[in-house]
Amino acid sequence: MTVVRDRVATRIASPPMRRRFSPLLVVMIGAAIVVALTYTLPPFRTYQLATVGAYLCVTAGLTVLTGLNGQLSLGHGALMATGAYTLALWQNKFNLLVVGIIVAILVTTAVGAVIGLAAARLRGPYLAGLTLAVAVVVPSITSTFDETFNSDQGLSVMLNPPPESMTNEQWQAWVCWGGALITVLALALLTRGRFGRDMRAVRDDETAARLAGISVARTQVAAFVVSAACAGLAGALFAVIAQSVSPGAFPLTLSLFLLMAIVIGGLGRLTGALIGAVLLVALPAVAHEIGEAAGSQRLEGNLALTFFGVVLVVVMLAAPGGLASLRPFKKKGHR
Amino acid sequence: MKRTATALTAAVLLAVSGCSNSDGGGSSSSADTPGVTDTEIVVGTHMPLTGPAAAGYSKIAPATKAYFDYVNANGGVHGRKITYKIMDDGYNPANTQQVVRQLVLQDKVFAILNGLGTPTHSGVLDFLKTNRVPDLFVASGSRSWNQPDKYPGTFGFNPDYTVEGKILATHVKTEHAGKKVCFLGQDDDFGRDSLAGIEKILGPVAAKQSYVTSNPNVGPQIGALKAAGCQVVMLATVPGFTALSIGTAAKIGFKPQFVVSNVGSDPTTLAKTLGAAAPLLEGVVAANYLPLVNDTANPWIQLYTKVNKEYNSGAEMDNNVVYGMSVAYLFVQSLQAAGKDLTRDGIIEAVKKGGFTGPGLVPTRYSATDHSGYGGEQLTTIEGGQAKWIGKPFRTDDGDGAVEVYEQAAVAPPANGIPAA
Amino acid sequence: MDRFLFLTFDGLSRGAVYAAFALALVLIWRATRIVNFAQGAMAVATAYVAYSVADATGSYWLGFIVALVAGLLIGAGVERVVMRFVDHSSPLNGVVVALGLVLIIQGVLGMIYGNEFRPAPAPFSRDAFNIGGVALLSRYDLFVFAAVGAVVVLLTLLFTRTPTGLRMRAAAFAPDVSRLLGVPVGGMLTLGWALAAAVGSLAGMLVIPTELGLHPTAMDIVFISAFTAAVLGGLDSPIGAVLGGLIVGLLLSYISGYLGATVAPMAVLALLVVVLLSRPDGLFSRSKARTA
Repeated sequence: MTVVRDRVATRIASPPMRRRFSPLLVVMIGAAIVVALTYTLPPFRTYQLATVGAYLCVTAGLTVLTGLNGQLSLGHGALMATGAYTLALWQNKFNLLVVGIIVAILVTTAVGAVIGLAAARLRGPYLAGLTLAVAVVVPSITSTFDETFNSDQGLSVMLNPPPESMTNEQWQAWVCWGGALITVLALALLTRGRFGRDMRAVRDDETAARLAGISVARTQVAAFVVSAACAGLAGALFAVIAQSVSPGAFPLTLSLFLLMAIVIGGLGRLTGALIGAVLLVALPAVAHEIGEAAGSQRLEGNLALTFFGVVLVVVMLAAPGGLASLRPFKKKGHR
Repeated sequence: MKRTATALTAAVLLAVSGCSNSDGGGSSSSADTPGVTDTEIVVGTHMPLTGPAAAGYSKIAPATKAYFDYVNANGGVHGRKITYKIMDDGYNPANTQQVVRQLVLQDKVFAILNGLGTPTHSGVLDFLKTNRVPDLFVASGSRSWNQPDKYPGTFGFNPDYTVEGKILATHVKTEHAGKKVCFLGQDDDFGRDSLAGIEKILGPVAAKQSYVTSNPNVGPQIGALKAAGCQVVMLATVPGFTALSIGTAAKIGFKPQFVVSNVGSDPTTLAKTLGAAAPLLEGVVAANYLPLVNDTANPWIQLYTKVNKEYNSGAEMDNNVVYGMSVAYLFVQSLQAAGKDLTRDGIIEAVKKGGFTGPGLVPTRYSATDHSGYGGEQLTTIEGGQAKWIGKPFRTDDGDGAVEVYEQAAVAPPANGIPAA
Repeated sequence: MDRFLFLTFDGLSRGAVYAAFALALVLIWRATRIVNFAQGAMAVATAYVAYSVADATGSYWLGFIVALVAGLLIGAGVERVVMRFVDHSSPLNGVVVALGLVLIIQGVLGMIYGNEFRPAPAPFSRDAFNIGGVALLSRYDLFVFAAVGAVVVLLTLLFTRTPTGLRMRAAAFAPDVSRLLGVPVGGMLTLGWALAAAVGSLAGMLVIPTELGLHPTAMDIVFISAFTAAVLGGLDSPIGAVLGGLIVGLLLSYISGYLGATVAPMAVLALLVVVLLSRPDGLFSRSKARTA
């Protein structure tokens, strides 16, 4: 039997270095920066900041799945849709945001478990193909069950107005980054423990991992479930920001963009996930400015698209460690 | 440390990109009205310039802009030039969310004008209301725009789809009595409102099907209508899907009488999409409430053709161009009515007062309690590739009111083509 | 019954296109163990070239030929410039690079041609003949069957009857031994990619006129159906790809016809899940089960 090692040519920061800074400290600093930014940025930038937070939830979960566990998912856009629609349906019935977000995470986790069970039996292109089919099924579901999901038009999300003392955009940024920082903290703690070791072992050599007493399938399903929960949270947050959900918000390109985001920052790195999340928001905005300056409608979206594609190809060919690996004093990965 | 450093760098990056583009918005006379200065009014819109619904519609906003440029070249409105920011949302509600926020929060537009699409615009109603942005002349006939209590700043433009459905169904009832009538509509408020109007007149249709713009294959739906033995098929479709439906029907040897909603019936757009199959359009019945582009004797068409030639680089004239310019005309009328001290509340009050006369065959319905657009339509049929009027304009409401003929003749445009204050 | 017959022929016609497209995927998979996720985008790119040529010259057939040639070139180019340098230690890498190509191609096409749907006329009438009062097949459907049939026959002849075909198979299955025997393995890989991309272009040219028109993402759904077809038949089996394509085409046609078009993508997903979980090596594959 051929053992194919789903090893992604990337390195994880070595354990001693990771322990030097407590993730809790990093997260608290992050929270302080976010709060400061929400009081200094103009409203539109604050809105973008909120979007970065929502993206960070899903990229952080995805980078753990792909970078640490070697599973590639193109279906996380669909998982985000699951979270978003759950939240929308919940809000329109009960209007209890915090509970709604938790329910959204739970429902997405359950869906993720089903996909994860199938995924654990698949490798490489088969897994990619299956999750690709998951990604394109969203509009099909929303129009088949249009009584519930209202087809392409989607649902609006009932939300209480933000507290008097802050603007809508500030409130959105706080909610999103609250979710993002909790996600990052949880993932940092989770991956540095036994679970993280198991995932890496499975990624690097399934047979060896099995010999070491690690249940390969269980680890893979667990990794998928964890990342699905993150995607569910991200989806719910997107629903909050947009005050609406529709299948068009979760196209196939979203899943490809998420992949780009985790690859460019370095697979398996949470800092990489942050870089990726920032780029997901910043690049289309920059492309829009360029397009407007050039007076060409055609440039707009396509410029960002092309750039993301070039990044994927170049990074995979030249520096599979991603941008975050381009640090001085950092040993290049072993081969 | 490095980890934190990266995070900080990212944050700083974001902050810097933020600073580069912040801007206080309007000032001076109309004091703190966003998007208004002594010399400029910034207005924004969202339109499908790309994607499956872009066919035809992508020409509307450039036409609106062309008319504004014409007004600007003639001194503007109360000395202010109109800047029209056109954003592409690809008819994707998620993109609409994004671009409308950009227009309101970043570009600080005075108002959103003629945002296109039922599914797309529905999603930004709450956002626009929260930010108190006038939401004028939505390019869709959904009844959602007519909710003065819930959305005081939102006004429609098109006759609503229920009004249209009733008028089209009245034609079917008299001209195709006893035939089997079926319906294919977009799976959203557009299709539903339209069907509601049709069924108010005709009772339940024999078969109904729906489509979504994200799935450009209507083969199964058309096949089902054929299997049901439909003789008249009423379409509540955007132009791309009107063409697709008619083309697909021909492919399977299904030749019913098609009766099409105004929004999906511009013959120029349909012919282009159908290509060699354009002769299939002969005899298709639709309706309109603005002058027809091929009616070259109409003074409005003459005005629009002139503006189009000078300010729209001579784009091919079609009913979308007529539509875009008519929207612009109505907006300029509203600005004139709102007076020199332009505020957001001021323009909403001005539109509520109503009484605008312009290119429309029937008057607009605007009042304090009615925010829907034009109140009726006249039927058309396609002959020799061009739409021709049938009969007289009809007027009705979205309730159980009767469909009645509107007798008054249309007005001519002012000599210089710009509405006076 | 009429409807059933109509749906059957419609499904076979679409299935033939899926078959050609799945065949292209299988060709590359056999040669390089990469599933070319960029296949759809590459095919769309050549279709744009074809319609540009057809518009400029007024000849559909010139455009058609140009599409096939462009397919050969883009396939060879992608292999030479990009895929050759992919680190094969993980099957993920090839997938990610191919997805990157998808974004690049769609972005560039959008920049050049715009993202609107461009009309893509068919070379033959799509009006169905009435046979005994039942609309079954159009001229265009016949053209599709003929084109796909020709491709299958030509490829079979190439691989079984010609020395080049033998070398290509050798290079794919035993690269090291082949190299020792003097087979230019690199060249054979390039040729394989070129052929596969040309077959993909053909499939694109056949399917695009039956949809809303030419658009950078026009092949996304087709790709997934064809991928399902290829997996159904076993990624290693060209015959499996053809049969898989026809099965998927029929299934989708019946489901769209009787249950509604919106259900079809769900059916593809369900089929894919069932096949992958029950027979991951495909219904027609003779090679042993593999995990990658």
